[in-house]
Amino acid sequence: MEAALAFKWFIFLSMGLVSLFSSLMMITRRNPIHCALWLIVAFFCLGVIYLTLNAQFIAVAQVMVYAGAIMMLIVFVIMLIHLEREAVEKAKFSAAKTVGAFIAFILFLEIAAAVISYRVGGQTTGVTDLAKGAAGTVESVGALLYGKYLFPFEIASILLLIGIVGAVILAKRRDE
Amino acid sequence: MADIPYSLYLLLSGALFTIGAIGVITRRSAIIIFMCIELMLNAVNLSFMAFSYHYKEASGNIFAFFVMVVAAAEAAVGLAIILTVFKNRATLNVDQINTLKY
Repeated sequence: MEAALAFKWFIFLSMGLVSLFSSLMMITRRNPIHCALWLIVAFFCLGVIYLTLNAQFIAVAQVMVYAGAIMMLIVFVIMLIHLEREAVEKAKFSAAKTVGAFIAFILFLEIAAAVISYRVGGQTTGVTDLAKGAAGTVESVGALLYGKYLFPFEIASILLLIGIVGAVILAKRRDE
Repeated sequence: MADIPYSLYLLLSGALFTIGAIGVITRRSAIIIFMCIELMLNAVNLSFMAFSYHYKEASGNIFAFFVMVVAAAEAAVGLAIILTVFKNRATLNVDQINTLKY
């Protein structure tokens, strides 16, 4: 038990540091392809962190949907737009960016202060009556998804359909 | 050794969210801004999962699932918009795509 917990800590800390590092690399690299690849690393690390939270379903969905489908789309679009013509973003130092980044850092300080100073109360036993540690298994998520949340699930499928239709209409060439 | 406190997860989530926000503010390429928004959505998902684990309550997983669904739909439409903008304006620099401002 002790060894398992130590292993969990090790996984969490290493994956958290790697995800922080790769997302920092993502926002600082000039070449969009490098940004996309670093973001894929960050998504994989987040998937592993979901595993430490006992959320197997979301971890697999994270790797499949984010690291697989969405990043594939993004890399595909980067390939379609001509980077050499677009030119890789120049390193331009501007006061507005610095001030903006500083204000965003203040946002982090606020989040950190809120997390540290506030202890959320409430019952920690769960409303959906689950066995301990079973909150994220495919079984419990599936039972909720096709039971209590069936209507939102159907709406989500309609949303995806609308997204597909919208993408086709937007990307269709209009030269007739 | 105690279990990982959920506040550590929330701190990581806040740090990732902030990094995404800094990217949105400092980068000028539309597609990189798009990637930063995806990172921010992921950070929010992480805090959903942390609360879900803390409260032994599977609804957080459902919320994260719906965030993923919305992100997928957003990726499809957003990338189509980016492609169309690039076809019409031959640039992705958001400082130059300012027709709606005037």
